[in-house]
Amino acid sequence: MTSDSQAILEIKDLSVNYGVIAAVKQLNLHIRPGEIVALIGTNGSGKTSALRSISGLNKSIQGQIRFEGQEITKLDPHKIVERGISQVPEGRGVFPDLTVLENLKLGAYVRGDKAGIAADIQGMFELFPRLEERKKQLAGTMSGGEQQMLAIARALMARPKLLLLDEPSMGLAPLIVKEIFAAIRKVNEEGVSVLLVEQNATMALAAAHRGYVMETGSIVVEGEAAELRNNDVVKSVYLGIG
Amino acid sequence: MLLQQLTNGLTIGMIYALIALGYTMVYGILKIVNFAHGDIFMMGSFLGLFFMKELDLPLYLAFLLSAVVTSGIGILIERFAYRPLRMADRIVPLISALGVSTFLISLAQKIWGTEMRPFPTAFGSRTYTLGSITFSEIQILILILSFILMLGLHLFVTKTKTGTAMRATSMSLTNAALMGINTNRMISLAFGIGSALAACAGIMVGIYYNAVYPTMGYMAGINAFTAAVLGGIGSIPGAMLGGVLLGLVETLGGAYISTQYKSVISFAILIIVLLIRPSGILGKKDINKV
Repeated sequence: MTSDSQAILEIKDLSVNYGVIAAVKQLNLHIRPGEIVALIGTNGSGKTSALRSISGLNKSIQGQIRFEGQEITKLDPHKIVERGISQVPEGRGVFPDLTVLENLKLGAYVRGDKAGIAADIQGMFELFPRLEERKKQLAGTMSGGEQQMLAIARALMARPKLLLLDEPSMGLAPLIVKEIFAAIRKVNEEGVSVLLVEQNATMALAAAHRGYVMETGSIVVEGEAAELRNNDVVKSVYLGIG
Repeated sequence: MLLQQLTNGLTIGMIYALIALGYTMVYGILKIVNFAHGDIFMMGSFLGLFFMKELDLPLYLAFLLSAVVTSGIGILIERFAYRPLRMADRIVPLISALGVSTFLISLAQKIWGTEMRPFPTAFGSRTYTLGSITFSEIQILILILSFILMLGLHLFVTKTKTGTAMRATSMSLTNAALMGINTNRMISLAFGIGSALAACAGIMVGIYYNAVYPTMGYMAGINAFTAAVLGGIGSIPGAMLGGVLLGLVETLGGAYISTQYKSVISFAILIIVLLIRPSGILGKKDINKV
């Protein structure tokens, strides 16, 4: 593919095995700078395994993952964050016994510029005003939607070039989901590339530029988001139309 | 009489707390009980004795050097006895811990012999009286130094970036790694700090009872483990509270019932806490990380 050479992230023939179970089989995927790419699929189709592999959390993987032209396959997770990839994990993963502010500061763990960190915290409060109201509160005491906002803000505190989002809409009220997706688009407009893993195909394909559909570990359909929205398989299985 | 017993109980309780912190910090992150921790405490005591007696160094340097060397021992133990077993079932590192414990006791016996050794210091013999309470010099040292060490640890874990990262690591290894935290380094740090605190406790116990011997880590380790469980294993303030409470209960029980029942009391507390409230006083019921 000609686009591969300019991709910010490129995954080639990625396979993930848990014992005898193959969670991901020969996955190929790329993200161009500035894109939002949706990876949709049902529960258990291997989306999270793929995402964990990018972040270095899966060590028993085959294939190649390249970021900005350099191989990052099997690097330690903290080194991958240093390279510029942040992940908002499934279930948000906020630190429950730390305050909102402490969570945000930990997001900037790889950075040393105090002034820049302070400015970015203010930036996050503008993106999600609710976080400012709750900055002294323990993260574990907040609602699911607020925790999701915190998880995204915290990931952005590392100033990533690529943001990985695992099911940001999971378990949230439609109004909150809208707010979260608006924030994701805004972040993307500011230049952060996004890989969005979702079961909520409608929201994901509305926000994304391109998309991949995953089924039992493999990509079954890929294309522009607009194309996918009109694809018959996607329509019937994931969008519940027709 | 009561005030005096409370003072004595607080003294030994502070020691338990210092040792209990090592158990709790390691458990907090790795969810394993480092059963060699009592023997790390013993090594710290012997090393303090070595620096004072063999190298003729002043007491404060003995504390400092023993803390440094002992924390190195703790870090090496994690690196070679636990880290290769990270992915194994939880029972496996437990067996490894018992192996390390036996190894450390045998090592101490090989180097320093099996008999009890006195701690040769002029320090500790003088006493002061405050009202009806008599403090020995060593008691004052234990109370003050333990307090400073615990306050220092508290400030470290709550106020510094590295300390916050360590707390985050104990809440979730995976999510901490996703922040860019080198979690292996945090684990080494937990072992290092816990071992250094145990070394300081070891020297103070050596002076307090004027005795250092290779198996001294056994009872001290069990008592401190009880303290950690009582306070809520995994919780740093819990270990401090549990240590002090256990010291008080044990000393009061020893004074008003019989000194022979001291160990009975601590084992009974361990069993009762595990049966009734396994999460301890300040511990959380296994929070599900949603």
